[in-house]
Amino acid sequence: MPPPVELRGRPAAPGVASGALYRLQEAQVQQAHSGDAASEVDDLLTAVQSAADDLTRMAQGLDQDGADIIEFQIAMLEDDVLRAPALAAIQVGQTATEAWRVALAEQIAEYEASSEDYFRARVADLIDLRDRVVRHLSGTVTEPLPAGAVVVADDLTPSRFLEADWTAGGGLALAAGSASSHVAILARARGVPMVVGLGDLDLNGHQQAIVDGDQGRLVLSPDTEVQAYYRRAGADAAQRHARESRFLHQPGRSRDGESVQIQLNIMHPSELDGLEPDTCDGIGLMRSEFLFRDGAALPDEETQYLAYRRLLDWAGDKPVTVRTLDAGGDKPIAGLTPEREANSFLGLRGVRLSLARPEVFKVQLRALARAATAGNLKVMLPMVTVPQELGRVREMFQSVCAELKGEGMDAALPPLGIMVEVPAVAAAPDLFAEAAFFSIGSNDLTQYVTASARDNPAVDALCDPAHPAVLKLMGEVIDFGRYSGLEVSLCGDMAAEPQFVPLLLGLGLRRFSVAPTALARIKATIAETEVADCSPSDGQASRCHA
Amino acid sequence: MSTTQEYGSILLTHAVGLHARPSVKLTKLAKGFVARIELAMADNGPWVDAKSIVKVMGTKAPQGTVLYFRAEGADAAEAVQALTELVARDFDEGGGDAASG
Repeated sequence: MPPPVELRGRPAAPGVASGALYRLQEAQVQQAHSGDAASEVDDLLTAVQSAADDLTRMAQGLDQDGADIIEFQIAMLEDDVLRAPALAAIQVGQTATEAWRVALAEQIAEYEASSEDYFRARVADLIDLRDRVVRHLSGTVTEPLPAGAVVVADDLTPSRFLEADWTAGGGLALAAGSASSHVAILARARGVPMVVGLGDLDLNGHQQAIVDGDQGRLVLSPDTEVQAYYRRAGADAAQRHARESRFLHQPGRSRDGESVQIQLNIMHPSELDGLEPDTCDGIGLMRSEFLFRDGAALPDEETQYLAYRRLLDWAGDKPVTVRTLDAGGDKPIAGLTPEREANSFLGLRGVRLSLARPEVFKVQLRALARAATAGNLKVMLPMVTVPQELGRVREMFQSVCAELKGEGMDAALPPLGIMVEVPAVAAAPDLFAEAAFFSIGSNDLTQYVTASARDNPAVDALCDPAHPAVLKLMGEVIDFGRYSGLEVSLCGDMAAEPQFVPLLLGLGLRRFSVAPTALARIKATIAETEVADCSPSDGQASRCHA
Repeated sequence: MSTTQEYGSILLTHAVGLHARPSVKLTKLAKGFVARIELAMADNGPWVDAKSIVKVMGTKAPQGTVLYFRAEGADAAEAVQALTELVARDFDEGGGDAASG
C-alpha cells in the first residue's frame, strides 16, 4: 500500500466516509454515422425522448430537492430552443451525436462564463443532459456507482448521484465542483460527505480513501493512525451531540461560573413550535421581515400585532426583541424597497428605509406599541448610522402611543435599542448612549469594515469576523456598554460558531443570540470554557482554549 | 378577447433570482396559455420566449430585477396576470431569508 496522501479541497457536505476508491471516467463514445440526415434527426429525437423518460422514472420517490433538479433537466430536454442548433447541424452533415454535443457546448460555455457561482454550477446539469442523450444515441450502458465507495471524479452529474445507492455509506471527492451545485445540495440532503475543488487527482496505486466533508479533505491510503483518528472523530461527534443536548435546559454558564445570557434569533414564529422557553433567555432577535414576505400586500396592524403577541405569550416574562423592518440590501421587498438601486448594501435599507416610508413604518410602530403592553417587549432598529435616527423613531413612537391612547387603546413605549452594524456606530458608540441596548450585527459589521460583500464568494476569505479591526471595534462597543451600564449582545452568525466563543467571551461579551439549532452547541461550548483564560489580548485572536 | 398586446411588470424578490426552480414554474405556467408570451429585464427588451426554459434561465435575472412580460393572443391578458402573480407570490416558495444581523 502506498504511503498516505492528504489532499485539500473545500467542504461541500458534512460528515466523514471511508471506503474503497472508485474513479469515475467519462463515458467513451463510439461514433456511428448513417449518413442520412433524416434518420440522424430521428435518432436524436428518440434519444432525447428516452433520456426524458429516464429522468421521469428517476424522479419517482425522490424528495423535493431531488425532484426539482430532475424536473429542471426534463424541462431543458423538452425545450425546442435547446435542440434547434443540433437539428440545424445535422442538416449540414453532422452526426446526431456531434450535433447534440455542439448544441450543448454552446449552452455550457454560456453558463461557464457566468460570474455567478449558481449559474456556473448548472454546467454539471447540462453535461448530465448531454451525456445521457449521447448514451442513448450510442447504446452505451453506464455501470452504476459501487455502493459504499469513495467516488472520485472531475465533477459528478445529479443523475449519476441519484442512480447510486448511498444507503451503504460512501462519499464524494471532486476535482472541480462547487458547494452550491445541485450535487452538493443532494449530498447534504442525503447525508453523503462531499469535498470539492481538490484539483488534479493522481490516484496511482491508491485503493482506499477517507472523505472528510467537515474539513474539506481527502486522505488516500489512510494508515492505521489516520483511520484511528477518524474513528475517534466519528465517536466524538456522536458523543458531542449527546453531551451538548444535556445543556439545553441549563442556564448559560462558563466552566468558572460566569453567567452568560443565551437568546434566540427567530425568523418566523413557527420556529418556536416544540421549543421550550426555559431553554433560553428570551428572544434576542426577531426578524420582522417575514411579516412582509408571506403575502404580496404589506401586513396590516392587526396581523403584525398578533404575530408579536404570539412571541410574547410564548416567552412569558422573558424579553422578546423585535427588530423593525430590515428590508433593502440583500432583502428587497416588492413595492417598498427602491428598484435597481446601485450598491444596495450601502443604500436605502433598514431604519433609513423605514424613515423614508413613514406610512409603512407607522403601522409597525402602532402594532409594537400595542404589543408592548402584553409582555417584556424590546424594539431594535437596524442600520442606524447617526443618533438623530434613533431620536426620530422615538418621537414617532411617542406620537403613535398618544394616538392609540386617544383611540382608547392600551399602548406603551418599549425600550428602544439599536443594531451596531454600521462602522460609524461601532467606532463612536458613545454617540448612541440614548439607546436602551446595543446588539452587534457581526455579519454586516464585518462586510462593511472589510469592504467585502458577504454574498460574494470571491471575497469570502476577506469577509472575516475575526479580522483584528472587526474585533477591536466589537471590543470597544462591549467595553462602552460595561462602563455605561448598557446591555450589549451579539446576534450575527459569529455568535453561533463555537470557535469564536472564547474570543467573544474574552472581549467581555455576556449575551449571545443564536438560531435555535445552535442553542445546545453554544451552551455546551460556553460551559467548557474558562472565562478567566480568555484574555482580550488587544483584539488579537485569543489563545484561549475551550 | 382581442389579440392586442398586453404588458405587465413585477419586481423579482426570489432570494436566489430566476434560477432553476422558479424558471421551471414560470415556463410551465406560460406554456398553459395559447398567447405568444415574452419576457425581458427592461421595458425595451431584449425580449425572450417565456415558454423556453433555455431562454428564461439564459436571462440570469438576479433578485431585485424587474421582470417585464408582454403577450399577444387570445388569452394574453390572463397570461400576463397569471405570470406577474406567480412572481409576486415568490413562486409559492416564501421564506428563504438570508441570515442577517
